[in-house]
Amino acid sequence: MFILIIDYGSGNIKSVYNSVKKTLYNSNKFFKLKVSSNLSDIKKADKIILPGVGSFDHCINRIRKIDGLVETLNYHVVTKKKLFLGICVGMQILANYGYENQKTNGLSWIEGNVKPLKNFMASQNLKIPHMGWNNLNIYKNNNLLDNITDDDQFYFVHSFFFDIKHNKNIICNTKYGIDIPAIINKDNIFGFQFHPEKSGWSGLKILYNWLELS
Amino acid sequence: MLSKRVIPCLDVHDGRTVKGVNFVDLIDAGDPVEQAKLYNDLGADEICFLDISATNEERKTLFNIVSRVAESCFIPLTVGGGIRENADINKLLKSGADKVSINSAAVFNPNLINKASDSFGSQCIVLAIDAYKDRNNFKSGYNVSTHGGKKKTDIDVLEWALEGEKNGAGEILLTSMNADGTKLGYDIEITNQISSELSIPVIASGGAGKPIDMVRVLKEGMASAVLAASIFHFGFYSIENVKKEMLKYNIPVRKTW
Repeated sequence: MFILIIDYGSGNIKSVYNSVKKTLYNSNKFFKLKVSSNLSDIKKADKIILPGVGSFDHCINRIRKIDGLVETLNYHVVTKKKLFLGICVGMQILANYGYENQKTNGLSWIEGNVKPLKNFMASQNLKIPHMGWNNLNIYKNNNLLDNITDDDQFYFVHSFFFDIKHNKNIICNTKYGIDIPAIINKDNIFGFQFHPEKSGWSGLKILYNWLELS
Repeated sequence: MLSKRVIPCLDVHDGRTVKGVNFVDLIDAGDPVEQAKLYNDLGADEICFLDISATNEERKTLFNIVSRVAESCFIPLTVGGGIRENADINKLLKSGADKVSINSAAVFNPNLINKASDSFGSQCIVLAIDAYKDRNNFKSGYNVSTHGGKKKTDIDVLEWALEGEKNGAGEILLTSMNADGTKLGYDIEITNQISSELSIPVIASGGAGKPIDMVRVLKEGMASAVLAASIFHFGFYSIENVKKEMLKYNIPVRKTW
């Protein structure tokens, strides 16, 4: 199995790499893990992870700067249906639009827009960013949530959220003033709003579950 | 529900932790990597390293430590001390730090927070403020000090915190220099003042002596997180002790036991 972490200058690549490596060691699987933005690696990869920290517009602009990256991802993820995971802003940029700093086009893989939390938080006296450990409201059975319970907590840090158009694309929410999509999915495409690489054992468990999907 | 965070802080000098640490199960008590792993296993919600190295030569060892911690601890890691420009932040983030805390350098170079949050995102920029009580000369009753409390400025703590938030800091690490080291409890007054006025999270620091001190600053001080050093290092209380006390008062915690 060849797992590729897309390198487009996101700051947390190393943490993502470390946590996937740890997960794979725990699973005793034969694997190849690589960090790269080479288009030939995307062609060869079985599973693709897109990390992300910072702002929507910075991230998508960096991705668009790499010649052919968006087109190659579109082909291998949307058309060829390779298993894909976007993390935090790496998930948010799957939307149609983001409104962080300026209105920016996303990849439009999952319908919805990325909007500021602050319009919902002010009246409730809640801090922004939504920063720290929160649990998932699990109400659906999904292989991704094997061995994950309401007691498992995940590390979130974000000021914007993915306002998803179709409820069927939400696997589970987290509660912070409003219901915030925490795990989203459409076919072979998955997104985590939290950082599995920073969520202790719970994060490693969910990464393991994702890597087990085929 | 979002949990309140409990954060142990380790002082690092020339690649070694300073202030004695009393854990029996550590192979090397002065090794920050060993200690970080132990705190990770014991339920810390984040780990904070404060580098107190004076020279660049001593500081170099830090990158290696950060990268070793990032290989074995899958929780957020904040590193502070000696950060003067974006290049320093870049190196720490590349090594595996998730956030950096900026203290004195922000006072001398007010653009730093702005530039840093622009380049790396607010989520990884923590503005550390050392607050010194001065009721007569400052509106908030506290002024900003630098160099570990040794030097005072003419800046009001509340104004400074508001400016930091405006410039893109994602979090405030607020240390009361009057409470620090006393073990008599956190400074509720300044914590509450800053937390009420700002919309970003505030980490309370300085003065923790027992678990109930954490409960008080989270409830009355409205803090989002508590940071402590010696009560954990010397083994007086564990992170679990603190979280269990918090639970008694219905404060949401991440259960790790």
